[in-house]
Amino acid sequence: MRFRTTSAVLPILTVLLAILALWYAGAVWMNAQWARDQAARAGVEISLSEIVRDTMSQERPVLPAPHQVAAEFGKTVFGTKVTSKRSLVWHGWVTLSATAVGFALGSAAGILLAIGIVHSRAMDLSVMPWAIASQTIPILAIAPMVIVVLSSMGVTGLLPKAIISAWLSFFPVVVGMVKGLRAPDAMQLDQLKTWGASRAQTFWKLRLPASMPYLFASLKVSVAASLVGAIVGELPAGATAGLGARLLSGSYYGQTVMIWAALLAAALLAAALVGLIAAIERVVLRRMGMAR
Amino acid sequence: MIWLWGSLALWAAATALNVALAGSGLARHRAVRLAIPALFGVTLLVLWEGVVRGLNVSPVILPPPSAIGARIAADLPLLWTDFVQTILKGALPGYVMGCGAAVLVAVLIDRSPFLQRGLLPVGNFVAALPVVGIAPILVMWFGFDWQSKAAVVVVMVFFPVLVNMVAGLAATDRMQRDLMATWSAGYWQALVKLRLPAALPFLFNGLKIATTLALIGAIVAEFFGSPTRGMGFRISTAVGQLALDLVWAEIAVAALAGSAFYGLVALIERGLTFWHPSQRARV
Repeated sequence: MRFRTTSAVLPILTVLLAILALWYAGAVWMNAQWARDQAARAGVEISLSEIVRDTMSQERPVLPAPHQVAAEFGKTVFGTKVTSKRSLVWHGWVTLSATAVGFALGSAAGILLAIGIVHSRAMDLSVMPWAIASQTIPILAIAPMVIVVLSSMGVTGLLPKAIISAWLSFFPVVVGMVKGLRAPDAMQLDQLKTWGASRAQTFWKLRLPASMPYLFASLKVSVAASLVGAIVGELPAGATAGLGARLLSGSYYGQTVMIWAALLAAALLAAALVGLIAAIERVVLRRMGMAR
Repeated sequence: MIWLWGSLALWAAATALNVALAGSGLARHRAVRLAIPALFGVTLLVLWEGVVRGLNVSPVILPPPSAIGARIAADLPLLWTDFVQTILKGALPGYVMGCGAAVLVAVLIDRSPFLQRGLLPVGNFVAALPVVGIAPILVMWFGFDWQSKAAVVVVMVFFPVLVNMVAGLAATDRMQRDLMATWSAGYWQALVKLRLPAALPFLFNGLKIATTLALIGAIVAEFFGSPTRGMGFRISTAVGQLALDLVWAEIAVAALAGSAFYGLVALIERGLTFWHPSQRARV
């Protein structure tokens, strides 16, 4: 394991450096037009090195350079008070809390539904096709409606967003959990039968432990999905808080650096959430004697 | 009140029928297997209608299915222009371009183990990010019309397909590759005759995930600016006017289009990977 991680560091660093280089090149290429226009308006000749210098520090660049995004990110994360509405930490917290509630609701619903599907043949036959069909609907299309309808019923704030992210996160859990609960093969099930195990005993002692690797694989997918749900849930109805609202207001006022900083925050948040689930997975699987 | 109790009774009866059908030997027949989920779907609609009418739910909160059906019938041309704008112009070209680019890049990456080791973790990471967030930026770059939506879709489908395709190209085992080598097959022959077919099950896994992503991307990108047509535009404006039946009509169209899109990809998959165990087991 250690050998593989060390041998992967160099290639990953190379790829990341290549992305960074492409980003800088793109920033120069896409922002150069504005620099040239400005120079033409002022009636001065502009040299190539001046163009490059200008593209690195524009107020409203088409594509902000990485260090501009980093500076904005640093300013709004570390340079601003956490309680301030300009702080990305505050906006990130708003999104994160909706994500956490939605993820908890969605994965609990997914696990319960999977248990029902595995134990009831009628439920398997009637619900499963619709669960699959529900995911071919771009469910985010319903997001604005859920928000507006719930707010007209007096429910605002965290819950509407959490419902959307729960909806997005429940399906991966259902699919993975059904697969996992069915993972024990006929031989193991027969053995429990010869020992006279009840259905509940079979569930707790065989099916549930066997499903854990599948469950965690799904949870990693669904926590990322619930973050997307929370962000999209913030787009409609003029939400004023959260990373989604930040994206939207950045897009209204042409504040590209602000959008990119919010995107960076969302990316870091997603990475942290997936990493957290992976860490829990490692601990749980090791304690259950299933570490890979 | 008769609506509420009637629909509840019907729901209970249909559920009992479903349980009986699923438990009986009839469930082996294909028609019954289709009838059970269909019955479940119909009861949901009836229950919805019954609850809305029985409890006098305001149509501003939840319109009954009959009103939505009437709206679909009345506004067919409008729904069609939205469909063309969002799905035929935004989602489909983006899907084709993004998946095509991902497959090409995967084949290129496959020749370099160094790149594979570096790009796969990064690709997996990007596939887990909330990529929808780039929508406002791409709308700024490519304008309000369908080009920006197609661009969002390209970025959204690229990494899931790439990651799956790279895994698929690595799916052949040593013995098969050695066999190709003993037959003195060149790189391209081995690629076309052995490795691409072996990668197909993985590729289709990515393609199926990408169908939903494509629709989501195209619709969400319209929240950030669009011409005065398109499903995302219609949904956000109709919500503002509390024309909920129109919103639900758009959702029904989106659901139908999404299911058809997914079904089409699954059908192509079944035709191309008929030899794979996961396909054979179903027959």
